[in-house]
Amino acid sequence: MHAIYNFVSGPLAWVAFILFFGGILYQLISRAMLARKKDHYVYEYWSFFYALRSIAHWIFPFASTNSRNRPVLTIVTFVFHICIFVAPLFLFAHVSLIYEAFGISWWFMPDGVADILTLLVIGACIFFLVRRLVQPDVKYLSTPTDFILLGLVAAPFVTGYWAYHQWPGNEFMTILHMFSAEVLLVAIPFTKLNHMFLFFFTRGYMGSEFGGVRFARDW
Amino acid sequence: MNDATAVETKQIYDKGIEEGAARLTPEKIKQVYQQMMSAEAGARLKTYVQNCVSCGLCSEACHFYLSYDRDPRFSPAGKVRQTMAELMKKKGAVSVEFMKKTSEIASTECNLCKRCAQYCPFGLDVAFVMLFVRRLCHKLGISPQYIQDTAHSHSVTGNQMWVKEDEWVDSLQWQEEEAQEEIENLRIPVEKEGAEIFYSVIGPEPKFRAQLIYQAAVIFNAAGLNWTMPATPGWDNSDMAMYTGDNEIMARIKRMHFETAMRLKVKRVVMGECGHAFRSIYDVGNRALGWRMPPVEVSHSIEFFYELLRDDKIKIAEKYKPTVTIHDPCNVVRGRGLHDMLRYVVHAICENVVEMHPNREHNYCCSAGGGVINCGPPWKMKRVNGNKVKAQQLFAAKSRGAETCVAPCHNCHGGLEDIIHHNEIGMDLKFLGDIIYEVMEKPERV
Repeated sequence: MHAIYNFVSGPLAWVAFILFFGGILYQLISRAMLARKKDHYVYEYWSFFYALRSIAHWIFPFASTNSRNRPVLTIVTFVFHICIFVAPLFLFAHVSLIYEAFGISWWFMPDGVADILTLLVIGACIFFLVRRLVQPDVKYLSTPTDFILLGLVAAPFVTGYWAYHQWPGNEFMTILHMFSAEVLLVAIPFTKLNHMFLFFFTRGYMGSEFGGVRFARDW
Repeated sequence: MNDATAVETKQIYDKGIEEGAARLTPEKIKQVYQQMMSAEAGARLKTYVQNCVSCGLCSEACHFYLSYDRDPRFSPAGKVRQTMAELMKKKGAVSVEFMKKTSEIASTECNLCKRCAQYCPFGLDVAFVMLFVRRLCHKLGISPQYIQDTAHSHSVTGNQMWVKEDEWVDSLQWQEEEAQEEIENLRIPVEKEGAEIFYSVIGPEPKFRAQLIYQAAVIFNAAGLNWTMPATPGWDNSDMAMYTGDNEIMARIKRMHFETAMRLKVKRVVMGECGHAFRSIYDVGNRALGWRMPPVEVSHSIEFFYELLRDDKIKIAEKYKPTVTIHDPCNVVRGRGLHDMLRYVVHAICENVVEMHPNREHNYCCSAGGGVINCGPPWKMKRVNGNKVKAQQLFAAKSRGAETCVAPCHNCHGGLEDIIHHNEIGMDLKFLGDIIYEVMEKPERV
């Protein structure tokens, strides 16, 4: 168990972070080059002002028409996206691991709060799962990949919660927690989870066209 | 199962698709697909197809989805899933039957109205994908027959309706003579070099709606403007090749149009009340020719009428009495943000206006645009039933007193006319020009 622990928390973590950041860079650069070759309109019509205007309307809840049309989904989605960033980044255990390894640290939240955020993420994942299974259009659109990705996102939170609360098998769960988080990190650049960074470009380009050419709102 | 779904699921025979498909083999499809992917597919296509997270947030943006009892196949993402996503997954190794259905979905179930881009959180452009699919179908020779015929007409005559050169000039003279019965000195100036305005129309105007040219002449005359129309091909600004994905012909006829404007040395092109034609010269054709924005200033009638009314160039004798409602055409509203000017014009010429909801850039499409009405009679009922939400909007406006619907777009007219007729809504349909002509002061000018 110790050997696996050391492997997952050591070399594998390095690999995951390298692939995560490297993958993001690769995706951005390769797409930018492909766009330069085949989609020169993107460069021609890109406008930072209109891109940011559009992004702003979609990154704040209830600033777009569609988000106002579906208040429940909007709240769940925003809570989910905020929590998946805040919970791991400002968790005491994570911050102290970073401190031990690199000697840098930052603000962390009380564990009780982290617990709540984790449960919110898990709850949101269940909500999304039910939505995928129940709502006809979403059910129709959902592919196996969509379910796998949802599971992949939920896994580090479920295992992390389990491990923190020292439930039976928590040693194994700790390993699984790290491992699933590493898989998730690697998956982000190479699956549609890359909307984490591509969102800014797809939304930004649509915003640029709507703002600079179409003179209409795209939110 | 209700009527609408019955119509939709029934196999519709389209000669263009069927006979084209009869000449296809899976090998040919794969070959053409791969050629097109390597030559034309870029970062946008890849991202638009592969980055959809299947959240379903685009579904309610689509009038087809809403009208066909929320059938998920009609959601914008669903259309991508059934066509381009499948093609990409199988790298073009699909059956002929699959391509027939793909052509049908891309050409007759999407108006390219881009409303879904306003509802997708990522701003993925389904219309872009559908247009790419249509281009693939064009290269495979399985575009629907009627719209393909129109593209042929563009290619041969430079206009949409097989109007011959002499017929065009004859139509102008005929309308000039008609108008002279009303206003003696009225002229329709043809080939006037250095005129300020080149008034451009679409093929159906001389063919079916010649009175619109008459009315426009009266308006130009009353405003005392220096305008002209060309006697040569290039007068037509419409473009169905743009909608079959035949980008080569599209660019060729747009060049004809712009070059005509250059030859006549006009300051600007003012175009009749057509939406797709505006899209073709304002947004698509200029890009295809390497112009970031159109090489000559281009104004849609809405903008033009707005200027005339704002500057008191024409005077309204008595406002239009019946209550009107406003249909926002996608291509000039979502495509150019003319909704406020449209309202300015309508309020300036009509006494009572009631709004349909949603409106402005969140309007529902007429379901005729994007070349769908041009796919002809085989697909008519599919499109009419695919827009029950528009029928409901019109009914709602009628219940609040609207007797007339103003729709400043030819395709919208065609689509709304069918919707109004089929659903027995009982509403008049008018262009802005119709009403302005009716209510304006018509001074004699030399």
